Amino acid sequence: SRTSSSIGTGITDLFVRRKLDAAALEDLEDILIQADLGVDTTDRIIKAVSAGRYDKEISADEVKQVLAREVETTLTPVAQPLIIDASHKPFVILMIGVNGAGKTTTIGKLAQKFRAEGRSVMLAAGDTFRAAAIEQLKVWGERTGATVVARPQGSDAAGLAFDALKEAKERGVDVLMIDTAGRLQNKAGLMAELEKIVRVVKKFDAGAPHAALLVLDATTGQNAVNQVEIFARTAGVTGLVMTKLDGTARGGILVSIAAKSGLPVHFIGVGESVDDLEPFSARDFARAIAGLPEEH
Amino acid sequence: MFESLSEKLSGILDSLTRRGALSEDDVNAALREVRRALLEADVALEVVRSFTDKVRSRAVGAEVIRSVTPGQMVVKIVHDELVAMLGAEGETLDLEAVPPVPVLMVGLQGSGKTTTTAKIARRLSERNKRKVLLASLDTRRPAAMEQLAVLGEQVGVATLPIVPGQSAVQIARRAMEAARFGGYDVVMLDTAGRVTIDEELMEEVAQVKAATNPHEVLLVADALTGQDAVNTARAFDSKVGVTGIVLTRMDGDGRGGAALSMRGVTGKPIKLVGTGEKIDALEEFHPQRVANRILGMGDIVSLVEKA
Ligand SMILES: Nc1nc2c(ncn2[C@@H]2O[C@H](COP(=O)(O)OP(=O)(O)OP(=O)(O)O)[C@@H](O)[C@H]2O)c(=O)[nH]1
Ligand SMILES: Nc1nc2c(ncn2[C@@H]2O[C@H](COP(=O)(O)OP(=O)(O)OP(=O)(O)O)[C@@H](O)[C@H]2O)c(=O)[nH]1
Ligand SMILES: [Mg+2]
Ligand SMILES: [Mg+2]
Repeated sequence: SRTSSSIGTGITDLFVRRKLDAAALEDLEDILIQADLGVDTTDRIIKAVSAGRYDKEISADEVKQVLAREVETTLTPVAQPLIIDASHKPFVILMIGVNGAGKTTTIGKLAQKFRAEGRSVMLAAGDTFRAAAIEQLKVWGERTGATVVARPQGSDAAGLAFDALKEAKERGVDVLMIDTAGRLQNKAGLMAELEKIVRVVKKFDAGAPHAALLVLDATTGQNAVNQVEIFARTAGVTGLVMTKLDGTARGGILVSIAAKSGLPVHFIGVGESVDDLEPFSARDFARAIAGLPEEH
Repeated sequence: MFESLSEKLSGILDSLTRRGALSEDDVNAALREVRRALLEADVALEVVRSFTDKVRSRAVGAEVIRSVTPGQMVVKIVHDELVAMLGAEGETLDLEAVPPVPVLMVGLQGSGKTTTTAKIARRLSERNKRKVLLASLDTRRPAAMEQLAVLGEQVGVATLPIVPGQSAVQIARRAMEAARFGGYDVVMLDTAGRVTIDEELMEEVAQVKAATNPHEVLLVADALTGQDAVNTARAFDSKVGVTGIVLTRMDGDGRGGAALSMRGVTGKPIKLVGTGEKIDALEEFHPQRVANRILGMGDIVSLVEKA
């Protein structure tokens, strides 16, 4: 992962040779706060770091190792690949999240990945609201060789999803990904619309959607916790994808989310190109947060 | 949040100081809770720090009014300081220049630039009767130009015809030329989203700026942004000299600490806020409201004001 290593630099500066006293812990705490870990998660990690080491001399590297280990421990249970169960034809993936998080782009990247695995892919242009959202998805369809099912802008999204399911089934498509319009989780009307999409999908196939992926933007702060909670309740989120980890944001909120929700994290987005999607690795992510070098 | 912060402050302070002036210890105890509340509201750590320093110097020694508790007193000081730091009411777009006046929109990917471009255009054309031209300089995101064209049509504002293959700078020049020819008052230049560590793309937007000399450079940022807000604001400001900030997704249930963070590190005013996907969901920035939102309080301020 390409998460910024400035946390590591910070720690290196702090713990050349220093007593792990209250002031040092406070500095360490600042560094975690700045990575969006949130106050509670930061407190928990600081406690773990200081346990048995308080007032002892400690090296920068040691602090980083402990920190990485702590974060990794939280993230390991959620680092799970997205498994496409080929017995479902189509395997239905619903892509959801707040506005601009990266849903449509992630669909494009996943389409590429599935195509490379030899699967046939269909995309449903379920964002019938935003200007040129359909055209955007069509470009991704062309890029990746996936069929796109669309209706004119302003059409009913649930109806479109139903049509797409039907068509995917008829054509024997392996994976159907349904794009949806961005919506903030506190908008009851829009969340009800999402519920309706899920309901319609279930009417077609009670086991679908087989995956409901919530896309989170790594620059988001504490609100991401709410996003997870409410989308999970509304649409039965089965897994998470965190995008935009190629910027200066570090995505530390994922640590809190992992601890609270236990939802699997499947992928991270590290750019705008079709190949900028990586499987989520607890170890890499934790090491990046702690500022330790990438392992290969 | 109001409950918990004021309760906490009451718990800490009210047993200590029943009358007289607030002592340094009292204030420090309170500020630990304030710090936590601000961080939970996504205010950037460095901004929290300079903020609590200001509050400390104002609060220590302050006389506690008899009818309020010391906790309420501190909350009031915190609130007032927040409002002061968020900036004045009524800062808005400055278009007082020789037409066509270029307005450059910049920001991270997906922050809301294109939507906000159309919202502002609508407001300028409908409310201020300006003749506005929209141009998309986004040569990268799939269907970005179509998106702006569709929005332009929705709001009844002209968009620069799409010419495939041109660079952002070329499009910007063409937009300025078309605006001069067509007698436009304002040219809105929408750009591609970019991460600030992408040097090539940051250089591209600097070149667009150099080529068009925009009167306003608006940083469009997501109100739900966390600690990264300071990096974003600083990087764009140092590269292109931001003149104002537009915060989008203020219709979310985030605490909006990004407002304080961005304002705090750049000193640039928040000129507008986006409050929805719909094209008319654009509002003036009210520091008072955002301050209340960050601290999740309100009643206490009027309580102390009445005292
Ligand atoms: N740097 C970076 N940009 C990304 C990444 N993923 C998506 N983006 C960009 O973020 C912007 C928004 O992405 P979209 O895929 O349109 O997001 P969305 O969630 O579908 O947006 P709406 O449908 O409008 O809610 C685009 O400019 C994408 O290119 C990523 O991992 N890194
Ligand atoms: N709820 C809400 N959504 C908004 C607001 N402003 C923009 N959006 C939505 O955010 C998403 C991204 O908006 P865009 O205008 O495409 O963002 P952008 O910055 O141009 O994105 P890129 O060009 O990909 O970098 C869209 O779904 C918009 O409808 C707002 O104030 N509130
Ligand atoms: Mg989309
Ligand atoms: Mg755009």
